[in-house]
Amino acid sequence: MTPALWPPTAQEIVFLLLGVVAVGSALLVVTTRQLVHAALWLVACFGALAGCYLVLTAEFVAWVQVLIYVGAVVVLMLFGIMLTRAPIGRTADLDSGNRVLAAIVALATAAVLVTVVVDGFRTAYAPLEPGTGSAKTLGGSIFRTWVLPFEALSVLLLAALIGAIVISRTDIKGRE
Amino acid sequence: MHVVYPAVVSCLLFSTGVYGVLARRNTILVLMSVELMLNAVNLNLVAFDVWLRDQLNGGQVLTLFVIVIAAAEVGIGLAIVLAVFRNRQSIDLDRLRELSEPSGDAPAVEKVTAGGGEG
Amino acid sequence: MIAVAALIVLLPFAGAVAGLLGSRWPRGGSRTEENDLRANRRAAWIAVSSAAGALAATVWLAVQAAGSDGSGEFFWGELLPGSAEGTLTVIETGGLPISVGLQVDGLSVLTAILVTVVALAVQVYSVGYLRGDSRFPSYSAFISLFTSAMLLVVFAADLLVLYVGWEIMGLCSYLLIGHWWEDRANSRAAVKAFLVTRLGDVAFLFGIFTLGFAAGSFRIDDVIAADLPAGTLVLATMLLLGGVAGKSAQVPLQTWLPDAMAGPTPISALIHAATMVAAGIFIVARLFPVFPQPTLDVLGVLAAIGMLGAALAAFAQDDLKRILAYSTISQLAYMAAALAAGSPDAAIFHLVSHGAFKALLFLCAGAVIHHVGSNLLSHMGGLRRAMPITFWTMTVGFAALMGLPPTSGFFSKDAVILALEHSTSPIRLLLYGSALITVGVTGAYAVRAWLRTFFGEPHVQALPEPEPGTAHVFDGREAPRTMVWPIGLLAVPALLLGFLGLADMDWLSAATSLAVVLLGAAIVYASWRGAPQSDPARLLGPFRAPCEQAFYVDRAYAALVARPILALARGVVRTDTHVVDGAVRGSGRMTMRLSAFARLAQNGNAQLYVTGLLAGILLIAVGAVVWG
Repeated sequence: MTPALWPPTAQEIVFLLLGVVAVGSALLVVTTRQLVHAALWLVACFGALAGCYLVLTAEFVAWVQVLIYVGAVVVLMLFGIMLTRAPIGRTADLDSGNRVLAAIVALATAAVLVTVVVDGFRTAYAPLEPGTGSAKTLGGSIFRTWVLPFEALSVLLLAALIGAIVISRTDIKGRE
Repeated sequence: MHVVYPAVVSCLLFSTGVYGVLARRNTILVLMSVELMLNAVNLNLVAFDVWLRDQLNGGQVLTLFVIVIAAAEVGIGLAIVLAVFRNRQSIDLDRLRELSEPSGDAPAVEKVTAGGGEG
Repeated sequence: MIAVAALIVLLPFAGAVAGLLGSRWPRGGSRTEENDLRANRRAAWIAVSSAAGALAATVWLAVQAAGSDGSGEFFWGELLPGSAEGTLTVIETGGLPISVGLQVDGLSVLTAILVTVVALAVQVYSVGYLRGDSRFPSYSAFISLFTSAMLLVVFAADLLVLYVGWEIMGLCSYLLIGHWWEDRANSRAAVKAFLVTRLGDVAFLFGIFTLGFAAGSFRIDDVIAADLPAGTLVLATMLLLGGVAGKSAQVPLQTWLPDAMAGPTPISALIHAATMVAAGIFIVARLFPVFPQPTLDVLGVLAAIGMLGAALAAFAQDDLKRILAYSTISQLAYMAAALAAGSPDAAIFHLVSHGAFKALLFLCAGAVIHHVGSNLLSHMGGLRRAMPITFWTMTVGFAALMGLPPTSGFFSKDAVILALEHSTSPIRLLLYGSALITVGVTGAYAVRAWLRTFFGEPHVQALPEPEPGTAHVFDGREAPRTMVWPIGLLAVPALLLGFLGLADMDWLSAATSLAVVLLGAAIVYASWRGAPQSDPARLLGPFRAPCEQAFYVDRAYAALVARPILALARGVVRTDTHVVDGAVRGSGRMTMRLSAFARLAQNGNAQLYVTGLLAGILLIAVGAVVWG
């Protein structure tokens, strides 16, 4: 027996609040006029998303999200900003001339996706059970079922590591 | 938990990312927008995993993989951005125009016409 | 006999091949003077020996034919009764087979003798006339090729084989008229001759097709023996008449012949006086049984116009060779008239004697021109003492042309006039009247040319170095021996050939025409005696200019045919450049213009590309959702 869509339960309310925070900070990321602020809003967005994962009982994913995205990716971004000597503070020209078109396409994307998703999953209901996304469960899955992709990914990471080093170092020349 | 809520949030997040990719001039900001889109996908994966009660936890495992790949992508992406910056002292996307048709189309027209006339 | 006939045809052909390929082989590829001389000598030997061989074989053939039994409908059948026919091979074409075969009878042997004699004379004469010409080997080889082609026409037993020879003659005529192609006028004349005869030849070919398909065979005997409906015969012979008029320079295709005099004089003698132009007459005589009365009437009218018009034109010309050219047209019209009157006997008799005396006249004219360095009568005069041999032989030639006894022309022309007088043709009076008047005019222009060339005050101007493209001036009193001997050789038949026809003489008719010709000659002589310095052509009065321009036929053709075609060609060129090319270029330009719009999108901004990409994906997604 699926409960009605409205009014939402407490879990849903929490989720929606977190979602609003995530989408709102994402909007700020793409509209702010300060580069560093964008990175910081990204942190807020990722944090809210981690909260969303928690509400959805995917606790291990949530921690990984916090660790890798908030901890590593954003720091990398900040390094990038620093190394490209981007202007600190308010700058007017962070948007390209494509803004209007971009807004139209983005709004159309949103409209199409939301319409389709709402239409398709209006009645879908997922009862939440704690523990389904724990580290133990996921660890078991990864190292039993998904161990081969896991190994492949580790090779990919190695390749990316080497690639990044080769690309960013200036004293490695191409073959003559 | 209705699936519609995470799905809609994910759609909005994705659209925001689309806007950022299309509208931002700074390459690092574009990379950030790409991360937003990836995260929208991740949210979807987790939500549908919960809904479908996958015994193998495929959705959540795939989310982890995506996160790893995203990290690698950011690493490579930033390395490329740095290389571009080193060569051009700028990472503004709309100033990287080497893909465009060479300017001055009038001579091209004349050349082709002259060739046709000979032939 | 057939083997000998084949030998006669192939000997000059082999001479042509050897002359073309072998004159400079193996040494002498480089154009030094010494090499040129050696090549010329070798080419002369090849050409003269092959022509002499062909003549010897023909004479043997004639002796054989004369010794055989048999009789024919025409006088050549009585003269040379022997005949034979042989087929080398039959070519299956899917339709009518072509039998490659030769035919020997009195007509062909008689004509072959004329051809080989004149060809030999011309080959020998050319050695002197073209001494030192660096293209002599190809020249003499072309003459040999021409001789071979003419003999093929003469001996052919199949219409298509005949046509092969016919076309090769046209080609050789073109090549030889344009021998001195450095002068633009010569090559123009060659092209004109080629095009005008080509016009007739197309009709000729279709005439052959009509006859061949109607008769079910291309063999001449089969065609003659076939019983064809009258309409087909008229159509076919009218078409054949086109070819005859083209080759024999009859009205209305006569305009090429005077211009063809741009070629070397021996060529004029061989091709444009004695042999090739006679081919048309020969064909009509050969196929005479199939010619119905309407076609002969048309031929007669054309001949009547042609003989008088050409004679008048000859009277007004100042160029000695052009006089002879118009005279050739006029004399060929005589033959055509004899054919139209139903007497191929007279036509062929006149053909043979005309071939002899006209070749003689041309060769003499060549000697005169060689001596004077100019073609124009106004540059000649008083040559009687300087060139006695040429004077006497040319006098014989002119006498034969006028038809004075006892030369060959007297007898043959009398035969023609007699035939006209006694014909049953509906246009008998027209033919007879025209012929008589022409006889008078002929006497007038012949005497005029004779007097202006050999009598009176010398007008020879000391010309400086000869220009390229003209016969060079010879310093001696008389022409070189190689030129004198052929003249002497030809003077004999021109003088004596007529006695063949002694038996058929009608003395009353002969006396009439003799009186007319003497009248014409006397008028001119009187006029010349009164004022030796001025041209007797002034007798024509106001008609002099039209006669000199040959009644403006050239100009009329230029206005009616050449200019519209040129305008059409120009229009086609313009259409090609502006419409056809314009469409191609315009489509290219339009593509460029249109692509300029498309290229606006190609501005290098990756974000714009991605925008377009996503918008497209969205549209596809919407489409898939709405219609999917």
